[in-house]
Amino acid sequence: MHPQPHIPPADPVSLCPPEALQLRPHSSALKLSPAPWVPVVGLEIHAQISSNSKLFSGSQVQFAAPPNSLVSFFDASLPGTLPVLNRRCVEAAVMTGLALNCSINKKSLFDRKHYFYADLPAGYQITQQRVPIAVNGSLSYSLCIDNKMNQMVTKTVRIKQIQLEQDSGKSLHDDTRSQTLIDLNRAGRLGLFSCFFPFCMCCGEEAAAAVRELQLILQTLGSSQAVMAEGQLRVDANVSVHHPGEPYGVRTEVKNINSIRFLAKAVDYEIQRQIEELENGGTILNETRAFDSKLGCTVPMRDKEGKQDYRFMPEPNLPPLILYDAKSLPANMNHQQVVNIDWIHERLPDLPSVKRAKLVEQYGILPEHSFTLLNEDGLAEFFENVVKQTQMKPKKVIGWIINDLLSHLKQHSLTVKESPVSSFLLADLLNLLVKKDISSTAAKQVLAELWKGEGKTPLEIVKKKKLGLIQDQKELEQICQAVIDRQENEVMAIKSGNQKVLNKLIGLVQRETQGRSSAVVVRQILEKKLSE
Amino acid sequence: MRALRLWRGLRARPVPPVRALRSAVPPRPGPQQQVTAEVLGQLEHLALVDFRDAEGVERLQKAIRFADQLREVNTDGVEPMDSVLEDRCLYLREDDVTEGNCTRELLKNAREKVEEYFVAPPGNIPLPKLEDQETFLQGS
Repeated sequence: MHPQPHIPPADPVSLCPPEALQLRPHSSALKLSPAPWVPVVGLEIHAQISSNSKLFSGSQVQFAAPPNSLVSFFDASLPGTLPVLNRRCVEAAVMTGLALNCSINKKSLFDRKHYFYADLPAGYQITQQRVPIAVNGSLSYSLCIDNKMNQMVTKTVRIKQIQLEQDSGKSLHDDTRSQTLIDLNRAGRLGLFSCFFPFCMCCGEEAAAAVRELQLILQTLGSSQAVMAEGQLRVDANVSVHHPGEPYGVRTEVKNINSIRFLAKAVDYEIQRQIEELENGGTILNETRAFDSKLGCTVPMRDKEGKQDYRFMPEPNLPPLILYDAKSLPANMNHQQVVNIDWIHERLPDLPSVKRAKLVEQYGILPEHSFTLLNEDGLAEFFENVVKQTQMKPKKVIGWIINDLLSHLKQHSLTVKESPVSSFLLADLLNLLVKKDISSTAAKQVLAELWKGEGKTPLEIVKKKKLGLIQDQKELEQICQAVIDRQENEVMAIKSGNQKVLNKLIGLVQRETQGRSSAVVVRQILEKKLSE
Repeated sequence: MRALRLWRGLRARPVPPVRALRSAVPPRPGPQQQVTAEVLGQLEHLALVDFRDAEGVERLQKAIRFADQLREVNTDGVEPMDSVLEDRCLYLREDDVTEGNCTRELLKNAREKVEEYFVAPPGNIPLPKLEDQETFLQGS
């Protein structure tokens, strides 16, 4: 009875990037065993919309509130209550659709999806199954090849649709007393986007990278805070394997994935499990499995019987959702009732990919550095602040930010905002380095000292610990001469043409000066002396 | 939905003074699909209804036959109607907090509660399997 969804069926084979397919010619002579397996991964992502009130009711949205305190009569599905759509949720969905290159359906419809579970008091969930708000988008993300940061490849994954839907409540299972405790604060009809990536990825790493990029985009747009730990972003993975050229294998759904790292692990484990099962002559069941993070494996989920028939039907209480653009905007309509796609489009902030390109262009840093800058909350800003306050070139500053600052932060598990070293202090330190008042080894020592957060400036630390470079040329020459006089063997080797030994001499001078000499200057002095 | 189209089609004819509660279109003779026990079991499971005895099943069959009349209407080239509200505007609410904070009132309805949580059995209680059911369906 229902019209088919307005989404053209995708051609599965063309979606997977060619390098993953490992196509081999169909010649029986080449049919060696074992044939390569092609894993195929699809993701179903639920992101909680960042809004003050819920999708269909005026209850508040808040994390960790007392149980059932943020629940209205509609949320509790008491008879006689009706859903009223939240405008902010519609805007958030349109923003996300535009950012992900989707076509926005100017007319979208709401449906009911029926199933029985204690945390779904109405017995159905209002969703958008037939005609969702946005369809046919794409998401580009980048991967490091073989974990080498300097080799990044960009991949694109297709997004089937984005839809608004209700969330269910939270159940706490109390196995000791054989009961389940229901808290309707969440279900309480929080808006959700459900974003489907149909079978476009080939391994856990790709899935993780795609989700990470989506997370960044949602956070940049402000449409969702997308923090997996707080349940604002939930991912289910659909995994199957097949031989190239053959039809898709049976897929399993993996749930209960709580972080992006676990997503990669779960997907890789499931791919491996399926390959082993099939190679041992077994079959894959079309089932739902849960990821056990402690054991690092997937296990079949209980309480899921066979194939669910959700008995979709149009939501009778909600007329179609109509969106407008500049052309179709009716003249005399109440502004509050209008969601204008073009208006939202104009106000889209710079997406992460655009920000990265700008950083690379403006500061001449490498693309992989721009990724690191954007992956850490606040790091890009910190970097730009330091660049503004120092004479050091951005290409050199980035090294200090990524190698030194970031590793200190990670060691102490701090965020950029919590850094004891402000951008001002770091800029100060880097200025000393640029002016060649200290060597880079000394600078690292100063940074470690600054990290203690005792309020000293870099200059004070340098003076106190006598880390300044020896500026006196004569003193340096004396030390160099002393080293030359001592190391007769090395000097002879250099004079007979072995230039590499010079590095050893430089090292010895550095040790004499306790790191307070510039390697470049020492080399010059030594070379001059040795050529005399 | 299609019911409205059917109704509009019928409205074109003069309305008889008394409308009997019978189908306007006589039932089509021809093979009627019997509802199998398997389908009945599935329906009972999905919708949590109990057909109970032969009369209940017969009522279901009649309802299906009645609804099948919709197929009489030629809907070629006609866009399906999604909602009788299709010409209404979907009202958009501002994102303000206006409700909630009525925990005590809500929990008054609950038979069992634990510290402001509703209490439910652990997971869905599975319906007895078809073989174990003592309904008339077994005999049909």
